[in-house]
Amino acid sequence: MASRHDNNIQLNEDGGLRHFLTIEGLSRELLTQILDTAESFASLPGRPVKKVPALRGRIITNLFFENSTRTRTTFELAAKRLSADVLNFNVSTSATSKGETLLDTLRNIEAMHSEMFVVRHNQSGAAHFIAEHAAPGVSVINAGDGRHSHPTQAMLDMFTIRKHKPDFTPLRVAIVGDILHSRVARSQILALNTLGVTEVRVVGPRTLIPTDARTLGVHVYHDLEDGLRDVDVVIMLRLQHERMDGALLPSEDEYFQLYGLTNERLEVAKPDAIVMHPGPMNRGVEMDSEVADGPRSVILQQVSYGIAVRMAVMSMCMQTHKSGELQNGGQS
Amino acid sequence: MSISILGGRLIDPANNIDGQLDLHIQGESIVAVGEAPQGFVAQQTIDASGQIIIPGLVDIAASLREPGYTAKGTLETETLAAAKGGITTLVCTPDTDPVIDTPADIEFIHRMARKLQQARVLTAAALTQNLEGKQLSSVAALKAAGCVALSNARKPLANTLVERRALEYAATFDMTVFLRPEDRHLHAGGCVHEGVVATRLGLPGIPSAAETVAVARDLALAEHTGARVHFRALSTGGSARMLRDAQAAKLPVSGDVSAHQLHLTEMDIEGFDARCHVSPPLRTLADRDALRQAVADGTIAAICSDHQPHDPDAKDRPFPETEPGISGLETLLALTLRLVDEGVLSLQEAIARVTCGPADLLGLPYGRLSAGLPADICIFDPRDHWRLDSSALLSEGHNTPFEGWEFNGCVTHTLFNGRLVFHKN
Repeated sequence: MASRHDNNIQLNEDGGLRHFLTIEGLSRELLTQILDTAESFASLPGRPVKKVPALRGRIITNLFFENSTRTRTTFELAAKRLSADVLNFNVSTSATSKGETLLDTLRNIEAMHSEMFVVRHNQSGAAHFIAEHAAPGVSVINAGDGRHSHPTQAMLDMFTIRKHKPDFTPLRVAIVGDILHSRVARSQILALNTLGVTEVRVVGPRTLIPTDARTLGVHVYHDLEDGLRDVDVVIMLRLQHERMDGALLPSEDEYFQLYGLTNERLEVAKPDAIVMHPGPMNRGVEMDSEVADGPRSVILQQVSYGIAVRMAVMSMCMQTHKSGELQNGGQS
Repeated sequence: MSISILGGRLIDPANNIDGQLDLHIQGESIVAVGEAPQGFVAQQTIDASGQIIIPGLVDIAASLREPGYTAKGTLETETLAAAKGGITTLVCTPDTDPVIDTPADIEFIHRMARKLQQARVLTAAALTQNLEGKQLSSVAALKAAGCVALSNARKPLANTLVERRALEYAATFDMTVFLRPEDRHLHAGGCVHEGVVATRLGLPGIPSAAETVAVARDLALAEHTGARVHFRALSTGGSARMLRDAQAAKLPVSGDVSAHQLHLTEMDIEGFDARCHVSPPLRTLADRDALRQAVADGTIAAICSDHQPHDPDAKDRPFPETEPGISGLETLLALTLRLVDEGVLSLQEAIARVTCGPADLLGLPYGRLSAGLPADICIFDPRDHWRLDSSALLSEGHNTPFEGWEFNGCVTHTLFNGRLVFHKN
């Protein structure tokens, strides 16, 4: 049970990636390895992403308890580029509504000999839970759990940053918006700090900044201009419309007035600062269209790099337990 | 049956006794502490040399799950667990199905418990009908049926006017009201303390203010109505401070703390450990220390098990979907004695907090070793060093975060009404 406390259920005995649940507990070397592997998939000249036979004949299951066409599609594309077979389950609309427990669902799909689950769930910790209960030969990739973690999104963001800023160490990065409810922000903060950036800032009104946010390793700003001053990277987060109902914000209009990104506001950032958004974007709420479509925006690159990064994580996890199986075979 | 317990160290905080004294039992009652009465002949003797003899424990907050949730526990399994834990008097919570809110419900529990003869089971009946916080329960009838307190269980009263009326009505019949202080709006569907761990793990948080706001409100209503209010399961240092101030102002208010709150903190949920999902949530180290201080200075006079046995499925889900609670009867004494090992309480104080402390809050004649009282006795071996194995729990609920913890002091005998109900082989 010790593994529960050091967060290392995602690593095997040799320190290789067995599951990919959270950035927490992963080393800079491992994150860099993910980025380098993704680079090898992304950089074939003439084609954005090459198809490789790495996972031919192996079954990957997308297990989505929460709807997300975009994330599911990029995982599916990544799996297919690795020549794997893909099963898609949208569980919210099938089994659990009939009273089947999450563990029952898991056992049923395991019986189909799937070796990898890509899991999205609306509860924090769901991917950990599934990884703890998965059969020994099964890897779990977290495609977003509650407010906790969305590590592949964070890694594709790191990949995008590195494309433009090859050295992480001098960077100042501002993450703007609803930090409280954002699994993306939590994963980005961990990844940026692990990769050794100079400073991570979070910017937003107090209602959208979690309690004790500084313990995440960030500086907290409530004023957008202060928060953007001299940064190299600006990451804007999506604002959910429900936040108005929960008395967290008065209106989208006031939010845009205070925290919406415009070219004018961006002037205090470094001249070569890039602007990111994990999508889907609310134009005129988080960001002005002239920024989103402007020269500093790398938003569309994020989407296309997502496939290469997910290929990297999938192949690394599958590689790890492939070698594990060989070792077991040798012992018996 | 007459029994003499010989050669042990007898600690009875209610009577300020701590010394090598024998104890003599005739039938259901204690007949003498120290020398046997003239002509007393023991049919059975228990050699307690090297052991400590204390009153049977009084736990005023245990969910026994029957009726309605018998997959989680039954009166039979849970009173067996109580006996193993040295507990002889339990006050069960009303959040059963059906809710304990009529005399018939109370009589059912009492009749079952009398038949089982493992422990004395008393009831805290629902403060409002079906615990809905709308209509008052029939307090006079419930009192006549033998309930010892009224309780809102784990359902906070949302309506302050209903709370005011309920307190006034309960006070009419001189009944103590158990309140679980929690502001449901501030609770906001959270599952862990709103602090550093919630922030890192992205778990929805319950701020300390969800409790302190309710305590402040309840104290104001207690003062206004003059009702006797007992706060159940306090979890924050702020609540302890407000309770201390209210007691200094001579309000008839008291409080208890769950044993696990004195040992665990928010850090223990690391890794999404659902065994540490409790309500109220585990809070900060500073809260834990403030609660320990309040137990030490007597502001909090009782340590409870807050026993919540669960079936495995209740905890086998993603953390926020798991049911809160710990199966606590069999660790109440061990966790309380651990406070002695850690220098928080003297042995006498520790024993008082699980015997006469809780009994006195409800004016119950238990938790003490006086001649004439029921022979409810716990004998434990202070040198027995043991490790908790959850699979060995007698409770139907094996849900404990203390798996593998090592403790000093293990119950060897429990007597209830003069009968040996547990004996460690």
